[in-house]
Order: sequence, then C-alpha cells, then structure tokens
Amino acid sequence: MEPSKTDNTPIVRIRPPAKWEIIDFQELKDYRDLFFFLVWRDIKVLYAQTIMGFAWAILNPLIQIVIFSIIFGKVAKLDTDGIPYVLFSTVAIIPWTYMSEAMSKASQSLVAGQSMLGKVYFPRVLFPVTPVLAKLVDFSISLLLLLAVMIYYQIAPTWNLLLLPFLIVLMMSVPAGIGFWLSALSIRFRDVKFAMPFLIRMLIYSAPILYAASSIPDGYRLLYSLNPIVAVIEGFRSCLLGTEIPWQFILPGTLVSAVLLISGAIYFRKMERVFVDVI
Amino acid sequence: MGNIAVNVEGVSKIFRLGVKEQGSDNIAGMVWDFVRSPMKNFRKYRSLYRFDETELKETLADNGRAGDILWALRDVSFSVTEGDVVGIIGGNGAGKSTLLKILSRITPPTKGEVIIRGRVSSLLEVGTGFHPELTGRENVYLNGTILGMRKKEVDQRFDEIVAFSEVEKFLDTPVKRYSSGMRVRLAFAVAAHLEPEILIVDEVLAVGDAAFQQKCMNKMQDVGKQGRTVLFVSHNMPAVTSLCDRVIWLDRGKKISEGPAQEIVGSYLLAGNKTTAHRIWNDPGSAPGGEFARLRAVRVVAENGEIKEHFDIQQPVGLQMEYEVLRGGEVMLPHFRVKNENGVLVFVTLDHDPKWYQKPRPVGRYVSTAWIPGNLLNEGPHFVDCNLITRHPDIPQFSESEAISFAIAGSMEPGTARGDWPGRLKGVVSPVLEWKTAYSSAN
Repeated sequence: MEPSKTDNTPIVRIRPPAKWEIIDFQELKDYRDLFFFLVWRDIKVLYAQTIMGFAWAILNPLIQIVIFSIIFGKVAKLDTDGIPYVLFSTVAIIPWTYMSEAMSKASQSLVAGQSMLGKVYFPRVLFPVTPVLAKLVDFSISLLLLLAVMIYYQIAPTWNLLLLPFLIVLMMSVPAGIGFWLSALSIRFRDVKFAMPFLIRMLIYSAPILYAASSIPDGYRLLYSLNPIVAVIEGFRSCLLGTEIPWQFILPGTLVSAVLLISGAIYFRKMERVFVDVI
Repeated sequence: MGNIAVNVEGVSKIFRLGVKEQGSDNIAGMVWDFVRSPMKNFRKYRSLYRFDETELKETLADNGRAGDILWALRDVSFSVTEGDVVGIIGGNGAGKSTLLKILSRITPPTKGEVIIRGRVSSLLEVGTGFHPELTGRENVYLNGTILGMRKKEVDQRFDEIVAFSEVEKFLDTPVKRYSSGMRVRLAFAVAAHLEPEILIVDEVLAVGDAAFQQKCMNKMQDVGKQGRTVLFVSHNMPAVTSLCDRVIWLDRGKKISEGPAQEIVGSYLLAGNKTTAHRIWNDPGSAPGGEFARLRAVRVVAENGEIKEHFDIQQPVGLQMEYEVLRGGEVMLPHFRVKNENGVLVFVTLDHDPKWYQKPRPVGRYVSTAWIPGNLLNEGPHFVDCNLITRHPDIPQFSESEAISFAIAGSMEPGTARGDWPGRLKGVVSPVLEWKTAYSSAN
C-alpha cells in the first residue's frame, strides 16, 4: 500500500501487498500523535488502582537483587571480579528488568490488542514498539535505586558514562527486534505465549547478570559475545563502574542486535497483511 | 460529475475456514496422531493465509465454497463519486463487513485493487480503543487519535464533542464506571466530529436508544450535505433509503446490482420475501380454496395485460386473481389487501364490479382484475393478500397472505407527487392532489 499525494488530497492505493516492504517512516510520522497516546496510555494504566503505584518499578528489581545477593553472592559465592555482589547485580538487574518486561509485553502486543487490530487502521508497528517506549518509564524510576546503590558504594562517575546514551539505545533495540519477531509469530502460533516465561527465565542465565563474564571459558567466549544482552549488561557495568570497556562483547552484540531488528521489522511487515485474518 | 473518491476494481477476498479433523479410532493411531500433531498444526496454521492457484481454480466452479476455502468477496467492482452517500446492503454473509474492512485497510484484498482519494475514517464499532481505566476526557483524546485525528484537532473540537455526548459531569471519572449508553454516546460524539473526506460506517447505529439513533442519523445526513463521501452498511432499510442516494447490493460475495436507493432496496426486499408478481396453482388438488371456490392464479399486471413487477409511480397497477367457482348459486366477494414494506395495511379493495356484485355466481372460471390508479401508492415494495368469501353467511374460501408483490419506483418527473423534490416523500400513500391558491398583492 503506497500513499501518494496529488492535488493536496492523499491517494491511497490498496492492493494485495508486494513481497517485501520496509517500514514506512512517513506514515509513522503522520501517526506520531497516536503513538504518543498509546505509550502514555500504557504508562498511565499500568499501576492504576494499586497502592504502591510507581514504587513497584523500584520494588521489583530490589527484591530480585536481595534474593540474588543472598543466593549467588553469599551461599554460592560466585566470582564477580572483585566487585561487591550487591553492586554487581544491581547494575545488571536494572537494564535486564527493562529488557525482559519490554520483550514480554512486545511479544504479546498484537494478541492483546486484537480488538483494535480488527476495527481500525493504524500502522501495526506501533503495537510492539509501544511497550518498548512505555517501559522506559519504569526503567527511569529504577535508576534511582541504581543511583542509591552506587552512592552507597562510593562509586565515582568516570568518562565511561558518555557511553550511556548509546547503551540505552542498544538496550531498547533488543526487545524491539525480538518483539517484532515474536509478536508476528504469536499471531499464528500461540505457543509463543507459553514459551515466553520459560524463555525469559533461560535468558537470564545467558548473560553475565548473576555471574561474571570472565567465568566463561575462552573457547566459548566468541559464541557468548553474539548475545546482544551480554553487550548491554557488560556495557552498563563498565560504563557505570568505570572498568575497562569490553569492546569484544559490545561490537558483536550491536551487530547481532541490528540484524535482529532489521530482520524482525521485515518479517513483521511481511506478516502484517494477514494479521487480522489469522488472529 | 465530480472526482472519484473510491474506486473498487475486481476485488476478491478469500478465507480459509477451520475444518473438522479426521481423528483415528484406535489407540496406536491416537498416539501417533498426537506425536505428529506439531507438524500438522504447523502446516495448518501456516496455510491459514496461503492459497495456491490450483486450489483456487477448483473453488471457482462451486458457488463460492469448496473444501475449506471461502470467497468472502468475488470480483466486486464499483466506484463512488465524491460527495455521494452510498448504502451497502445484503443478507448475512454477503461480504459487506469484509468489504468495509478492505476499504479501511484493516485487511488487504486477495485479488483486485482499491484506489481511495482522501482521508478515511471508519466506524466499524463504536468506542474502539476506549480503555476502562482512563477517564472520559483521556479517552476522547485516545479515541480521537486512534480514529485518525491529530491532537490539535481533538483540542479544537473537544468542547463540541463533550456537548454532543452529554456526559460533561462525568468527564473525569474512569470510563469503566460509565453506563453502556454513556459510553456509546461519548464514542459516537468523537466519531461524529471527525472530518475525513470519506466516512465508512458499519451498523454502529444498532446501539443506543431511539433518541440517540435519531441523533446519529441526523449527524450522518449533515456529513453527506457537507459534501463528504459516506459509505453506510445497514440492515435498516428505511434508514438506508432516507440517508443514501445510491445503494450497492451484495450477496454471497458478489455484487448483485447497484443504482438509486429506492429501486435497489425495493428489489432487495422483494427478493428476500420470495414472492413475485405471479403465482399459479396448476394442480387443482393443492390450490387454495373451499367448498365453493378455488384460487388458481394471482398476478400483478400492467395496463397492456403483461405480468410486471416494477412500476413507475405514475402507472396504474393491476391486481388479478383467477379462480374457479365449484358450486354455483352463491354471492361471492373477492378482495385484495395491499401492505407496504413496513407491514402497514394501505387499503382493502372489494370487488364491486356491477356485473357480478351481489349476484349469485354460476360455476366456471373467473379472472377478476382490480386497477390501482397511478399516483396513489408511495414508492417501495408492496405485498398483496388475495382473498375471497361467499356472502350471507360470510364463509372464507381462500385467503393467501402476501401471495404476490410488486414495487413502485419513484421518479422526479413533473406530474408525480414528488415533482422535483429530491427525496422520497414520507407517508403511506403518495397522491397527486389539486392545489388552489388565492393571491393578493400586499397593501
């Protein structure tokens, strides 16, 4: 479907769609008001009628940190390159919480929104992309927790902090790419809904959240670095704690994330035409 | 002739239905089926939207349905000029909602092409996107942007929208606390203040109380008058005829006809009732009748005696019954009752032909015709009951309800009741009366 403009009125041609279509950025620009409202709606509604409200954004990661610190820090005594376990895990849990929640929400976005899908037209990419933005609010609030822990351990800011904006973008692109793939797949195969919690639980072990990356034996390090989540977590660690920036993880991770994002967007657009018929 | 706002060309839409699975009847079979099921399911879900050409060719022979493939729309073409108000009618399963979904870009056509000039707003359901936790105010913005308005546009119209919906007091309460009527009013208020070039409405008027429905109809009429294009799907025929200039009739995926609203709606109602302008009972055994008389045929005829179904409003309409008198010596009274599309009885006409009135009838075959003058009945379909009784005592011999039907088509010719009036005149009858005016200059 391509819109074109002649004599001021937009003309839209609707036909059985072509095989390959990439994201129509002009259309997204036209719908930016709607995008804003959808994100705002998700934020507003999330903690509606709760007592704790946005405090959950801090409680959720906090409880995880406490439990992991006790189990993996004190009981199992995992090696963390000399960093105190609480600090070690806080720096990782905060971005991980964002990624796992955004990923879950994005993958279910089409199924959850199926009533709107069938009743009104707006660019379908807004469905998986909305939670990726909405969850940033939780992320920002949980940064307070991160700040508190860093102050407690008297960590001074370093120039590494300049990497933070890039890392945040990388952090957002992981659930976006996976969200594109999984949301399109979940329309046809509801297995995704059942696989998601399991997937999230497994993914937490695939990145250096509970243990240090240095624990990974040399032979497997290349394979390990292909996981974009590793890039985000190690990147955050070095950025906030001032340790050496691990380009050997960040570069492959960024590449893989870009591939996931672009391929996800293409697959999503390819399946877009049949969403309503198949949901 | 203005610009074409919507052009639909050869559009078809195919769906694959879920088909009942063949199960096996022994344990080994069942276990094997279970093991193989992921493969089978994968193929099944994958095929939900894939159709190959050979499969499709098979189904063309059958009337739209073979195996698990359904042609929801089959090669539909029409065009709508800017400013038209077009109605789309048809029985259930005709493909009306599917067509609207294609025009609203919710689902793409399998074949064919649609070209649309202008911004489209669709009302396929009222309250799309309403979130129960958000307040009325917040939902107006959400709903408005979902329907295609910019935030600025919603800002400009906010007060009007709230006034139209009559929920001012409750604007800051979450919508989940609203009654269903309030929700519908708010949703329609937002939709009514959209200003798209093309408005597509699907039966949303089926909700709400009578006062609200009237409000919706008026608003839609305003939209049409403002020169915008409206496509309206409904089962409510009087609404369609009063709102629409042209009507498109779909049945089982195909376009049956299109044309002026009155005419197409008339044909549709006649077709639905399975009555025609002509009915014969060839077998005397099954012909309706009593001891004294038996009905053999009923017809609607034109002035030249030919059977006719559609009449211009100025033409006389002949109602004819052919009957046998089996036992002579009784006085008989044939009569017709004529009803309009709303079931209202327009009149009853008794046979007072002096030749046979109040005279006993000999055995034989009779053909009696009653002539309705032109410029009496109003436009639309009419249904005729055909009855005969013997008199003193009054014993009914036959009474066939809605035996035949015919349609009156309006016209704007001089000499009709409408004259150059653009719409259909309301009323059960539409006579041309003589008017006399006395005039004096102002003094």
